[in-house]
Order: sequence, then C-alpha cells, then structure tokens
Amino acid sequence: MDFTFPKEYELLRRMIREFAEKEVAPLAEEIDRDERVPFEIIKKAAKLGLMGVPFPQKYGGAGAGEIGYCILMEEMNKVCGSTATIIGAHTGIGAMAIYLDGTEEQKQKYLVPLARGEKIAAFALTEPNAGSDAAAIQTRAIRDGNYFILNGSKLWITNGDIADVISVLAVTDPALGARGGVTAFIVEKDFPGFKVGRREEKMGIRGSPTAELFFEDCRVPAENVLGQFGAGFLTFMKTLDVGRISLAAGCLGAAQQALKMSMEFAKSRYQFGAPIAAKQAIQWMIADMAIEIEALRSLVYRTAWMMDSGNMGREFSTMAAMCKVFGSEVACRAADMAVQIHGGMGYMKKYPIERMYRDVRITRIFEGTNEIQREIIARNLFRNIGLRLR
Amino acid sequence: MKIVVLIKQVPDTTEVKLDPRTGTLIREGVPSIINPEDKNALEEALKLKEQMGAQVIVLSMGPPQAEDALREALAMGADEAILLTDRAFAGADTWATATTLGLALKKIGDFDLVLAGRQAIDGDTAQVGPQVAEYLKIPQITYVRELVVEDGKVRAKRAIEDGYEEIEAKLPALLTITKEANTPRYPHAGAIMNAYRERKVTFWGVKDVDANPEQVGLQGSPTQVKRSFSPPPKEPGQIIKSGPAEAAKELVAILRQKNII
Ligand SMILES: Cc1cc2nc3c(=O)[nH]c(=O)nc-3n(C[C@H](O)[C@H](O)[C@H](O)COP(=O)(O)OP(=O)(O)OC[C@H]3O[C@@H](n4cnc5c(N)ncnc54)[C@H](O)[C@@H]3O)c2cc1C
Ligand SMILES: Cc1cc2nc3c(=O)[nH]c(=O)nc-3n(C[C@H](O)[C@H](O)[C@H](O)COP(=O)(O)OP(=O)(O)OC[C@H]3O[C@@H](n4cnc5c(N)ncnc54)[C@H](O)[C@@H]3O)c2cc1C
Repeated sequence: MDFTFPKEYELLRRMIREFAEKEVAPLAEEIDRDERVPFEIIKKAAKLGLMGVPFPQKYGGAGAGEIGYCILMEEMNKVCGSTATIIGAHTGIGAMAIYLDGTEEQKQKYLVPLARGEKIAAFALTEPNAGSDAAAIQTRAIRDGNYFILNGSKLWITNGDIADVISVLAVTDPALGARGGVTAFIVEKDFPGFKVGRREEKMGIRGSPTAELFFEDCRVPAENVLGQFGAGFLTFMKTLDVGRISLAAGCLGAAQQALKMSMEFAKSRYQFGAPIAAKQAIQWMIADMAIEIEALRSLVYRTAWMMDSGNMGREFSTMAAMCKVFGSEVACRAADMAVQIHGGMGYMKKYPIERMYRDVRITRIFEGTNEIQREIIARNLFRNIGLRLR
Repeated sequence: MKIVVLIKQVPDTTEVKLDPRTGTLIREGVPSIINPEDKNALEEALKLKEQMGAQVIVLSMGPPQAEDALREALAMGADEAILLTDRAFAGADTWATATTLGLALKKIGDFDLVLAGRQAIDGDTAQVGPQVAEYLKIPQITYVRELVVEDGKVRAKRAIEDGYEEIEAKLPALLTITKEANTPRYPHAGAIMNAYRERKVTFWGVKDVDANPEQVGLQGSPTQVKRSFSPPPKEPGQIIKSGPAEAAKELVAILRQKNII
C-alpha cells in the first residue's frame, strides 16, 4: 500500500495552488459581493487545461483523472467557492455525463471543446416539482422524425445561463418512468425553443450563476440522445456519483482553509494575556477540525482512486455518497468553528471566513441532499445482505 | 536556433523557517523548486522559440532529485532535459560547477544561446553564469531584462544601478536573466502529466562529459568552506517613552555615555 501522490500530481497541485492564490484569490471577495461570473478566470483556467482536468487528452482534457480533478477542486475551493462551483458544474457533471455515456462522435463534437474550456457545460436535472425525487421530472421529449421535441423547465441550474452545452434529462415514456422511460439529451443553447430565465440571488457561491431553463418545443436532433434511449436516469445517477467525489474534494479544501485561518488567528489573537490558542476550548476545536480533515482526505482520494482504477460498481456509489455527506458536513462544521474562533472578526464581511461560512452551506443540499445520500448508503448496505428497499 | 537554459534546483526559501533555538535552517519538509530566475531564463527561451523557432534544452547539475526541476521545465515547454548527476560532481564550488556545466555544453555543441538565471536564491553568488561563459570563451551579458536575437547577434538591455545599458554580442553568447525580464508561464495541466508519463530526462555522469575527476566536484573546487556561522542576534532596541523634551535629553545623555557624540 502506498498513500503518496505520484510526482506529477504534486507538480499539478503546486501549479494549481499558485494559480488559485495569484489569479483567483484576489478577486474572490468582489466576485461574491457583486455576484459576478469570473469569465477572465475561466479563460485563463482553460488555457492551462483546468476546465477539463479529468478527461483523457484525446478528448481535449489534461489526462489527470479523477485524482487530478479532486486536486483542482480542493485547491480552488480554498480560495473561491464560486469559481470552484462553476468548474464543478461544467467539468464534474455537465461534461462528465458526456464523457461517461456519450458516443465517440458526441465526445468529439461536444466533450473536446468543453474539456478545452472553449465552451461551458451545465447539468439539468432538477425541476420545480422534482428535487430529491428526481424520478418525478416532468420535462417531456416526444419523437418527431429525426428530432425530439422537448417541453418543460429546469430549476436552479448552475451555469444555466452561461452554458453552451447542457446535459438534460427528460421523460420519453411516462408509463415506464425512471425505469426505461427517461432519456438524457445533449442540448445546445442555440437550439430553437431553448430559453433561459432569470438568475437567482443566493446566500453563498454568489458568483456561480444559477438559472431556470425553459424548453418550448425545443428541437433536439435524435443523434443527441445521451447514452441509451430510456436509460437516462442511470446516466444521470452515475454522473452524480462521480460529481460527489469532487464536491467532497472542494469541501476538503474549504475545511483546510478554515483550519489554517483559525490557527493563524488563534496564534496571534491575545486575550487574558495569552494567545487564545492556549485555551483548551480553542485547542479542541482545532483538533476536531484536523481529525476530520485527515479522515476526509483519505476518503476522497481513495474513492477517486477507485474511479481511476475503473472500479465503479455499487461499492463505489456507496463510497461517493459517503464522500458527499462527510465532506459537506466536515466543511460546514469547520467553517462554523472557524467563525467561532474568530469571534466578532468571523462575522465581518471584510474577513474571508464570513464568505466561506455562506459558501459551504450549499454542499449539504445540492447534488443530492445529505438525507438522500444517507438513504443511498443504507439501501446499498442492506442490499449487500439481500434486502432491497425502495 | 539551439538554446540551452541552465537550471538549478533550490530549496524554496520562502518556506524555510529558522529553528529558534539553534538559529539554523529547518530544511525538513521544505519543497525543492526551480531557482526563480532560472524560470525567467527559461521563459525568455520559450518566448524566442515561439517567435522564431528554437530547440530549448534545459541543463542542470545536481543530485538525482533535481530531475523534478527538469520535468517541471519540460512541462513549461522545454524540448529536452539533461541532468548532470554523479557522486564525483558532489561538493562543487562555483568554479567546479561552471566547469562541469561548460563540459556538458561542449558535448551538447553548436548552441547559439546559453541562458542562466542571474543568481541562485540559496548559493547567492551570481558567479556560475559568468564563469561558464569564461570557460567556453564566449561573450556574456549579465543582468538582462530584455533581449532581441537578430542576424546572428543578440541585443540586450542590461540593468545597472541607475538605468540600463544596451549591449550587442555575437552568437553564441551567454546571458544571465533577471526577474524583471518577464513573468514565467504556468505549465499546462496536461503537459505536467506528460512531463512525468511520457517525457525523458537524460542523465550524464563524469564519463559522459569526458571530465577529468580532478576538474569537478570537491576535488576540482579551489574554494573550501572553513566555517559557517550565523551572525549573532541583534540586541533588542531601547524605547524612550517620556515626552519629547525629556526624551531628547535622555537620548543625548545615552549617546554621550556611549561616546557616540
Ligand atoms: C445553488 C444551487 C445550485 C444547484 N445546481 C443544480 C444543477 O446544476 N443542476 C441540477 O439539476 N440541480 C441543481 N440544484 C438543485 C439541487 O440539486 C436540489 O436543490 C436538491 O437536489 C434538493 O432538491 P429540493 O431543493 O427540491 O429539496 P426537496 O427535495 O424539496 O427537499 C427538502 C427537504 O426534504 C428532505 N427530503 C426530501 N426527500 C426526502 C427523503 N426521501 N427522505 C428524507 N428527507 C427527504 C431533503 O433532504 C430536504 O431537507 C441546485 C440547487 C441550488 C440551491
Ligand atoms: C566557497 C563555496 C564552497 C561551496 N562548497 C560546496 C560544497 O561543498 N557542497 C555543495 O553542495 N555546494 C557547495 N557550494 C555551493 C555550490 O557551489 C553552488 O551552489 C553552485 O556552484 C551554484 O552557485 P550559486 O548557488 O551561487 O549559483 P549562482 O551562481 O548564483 O547561479 C547563477 C545561475 O547559474 C546557473 N546555475 C547555478 N548552479 C547550477 C547548477 N548546479 N546547474 C545548472 N545551472 C546552475 C543557474 O542558471 C543560476 O541561476 C559552495 C559554494 C561556494 C561559494
């Protein structure tokens, strides 16, 4: 057994950290305050291959696999939750769906420019009446010769109004439902009948655009069916499994940053004639953060390694759900403790802890709430001993 | 055009901490990096490659782990990497280092330009570049912050204390590059992967560069370190807290007492 990162990953991390600290961190406060999409960062990141880190080089990616992609999300989320979320929706789920289940032609046509960052992707599952209950989606796709006609809407889609290419889930046979009656499509923003709604105002990750999408007799060529006809639910669930690992890697970055800032503050803040680090109450919070961070690091990179080793079965799916739950909760606890350790300073806008506290909160909700993840984990475990729960 | 860039691997001194008890450097866990101004030298070479086409070779002398510095240079865009590594090269002073690099450059042959960093952040002598030029008997321009290659010549702006000089030299020539010259590029993520997975670093030992063991390493080093020490810590200053008039009087008294005035 060997827990060290191969050297190329060490260099990749060093490059990304430098990029994040020099090119992203100085803009993070303003991106949040003005709810501004940092297009200039996306452009620079694209030039360095950072919009397609996990994908093979023959598809325009960096060929760094899920491990490399987790490194990116970890380092990026240390400095800017908004930028990390944009990359996450683009690479981790939007383009990932095409990578996992697209045909060779679809990969050449769509994945290559997405991986190069020349185009932006989004992943559209959620609808007004289908959140956790993803199988309840109502967006309809009806065949019309060589086309499918889509009608319906999608809610809260990250990158929705900046995306060029959107992976969309729609019902093709209401009678079959999620088991055979749901199909994934690749939709281009210029397809007739595709419209974007207004951008949401949010508590955190305010620079990552979240928008509603509308399909009004939207014409999608039949060759844009993504994965098997009728098996779109599987494509989307598999994609979300993968997205959960890198989401947790982002959480790992946030938690580490919270710990780092807390330690620096506890060392330099004097009360009662000594640094507050001398107080056991502070020490315990620091120790708890550090323990959880190390446990999370092991979980995240072990699961990423499973994927890179081609092991994507039920155990992988369970592990990915664990990453999602544990990662988001570790990050939220760490951000909460960091605010506490910083006292009044932690509540002030001028200090990055306040932003992080707001930014990490979403991670317990999107890409499947933690309640749903726990359900997935337990169901998979029971299934191992022969009990199928629905 | 063939450009050779001299690269030294150094400890990242921004990450080096002092042991407060012994006053010595804590080297453990300190990452090794490409000497910062060598990255500026490499960036100049890569810019020339983009402008006029060139083969860029990076050359380093150092222990086997200096391979990482060369792989990073490959990721940035260098075409070839050579590491001079051999027990016999160990313990070299700047003279022996320059001799070894010079021998390797002779072996590489028909280069047009040699670019070095101005100075290494650990050794700090700024001697190696000029010594290599002397060894090869080629022109040198130091402290370069801008350069143009044209008609078999290089024209460079060389920083001096109160401005700059513009100097022209015939190729082949050696230039040492300062950090003001450019901002080194980030390597592309894919190129980083390839630098380790696909690319090759060539290792040369004493025999490969036809070195006489007496010319290189400790044996070839005329300078020997007799003793190294850290300067004694400064004594804490004294703050006079009384009002201005009082303080002036006290200050004068102290200066008199110390025979300063
Ligand atoms: C900022 C942001 C960005 C988003 N980006 C995207 C995107 O890019 N693409 C996309 O498709 N979607 C996106 N979403 C949608 C997101 O995935 C959903 O919000 C999420 O899946 C939860 O759905 P819901 O909000 O409808 O909550 P609901 O499903 O209504 O859940 C409400 C509460 O009930 C709980 N609950 C529901 N069902 C159960 C159950 N069976 N057992 C126990 N508890 C249950 C939930 O855990 C939650 O606590 C985004 C959301 C936000 C806020
Ligand atoms: C008196 C003395 C004794 C020394 N004794 C020892 C010893 O016993 N053991 C030991 O390990 N070291 C020893 N050193 C250190 C070693 O000689 C120097 O680090 C080395 O020669 C480079 O000099 P520098 O660091 O000052 O580089 P500089 O001259 O400041 O570097 C200028 C440029 O030269 C190039 N360059 C320098 N070194 C290399 C290299 N190795 N490969 C490729 N390019 C290079 C780079 O482009 C660099 O930017 C000694 C140094 C001195 C001055």
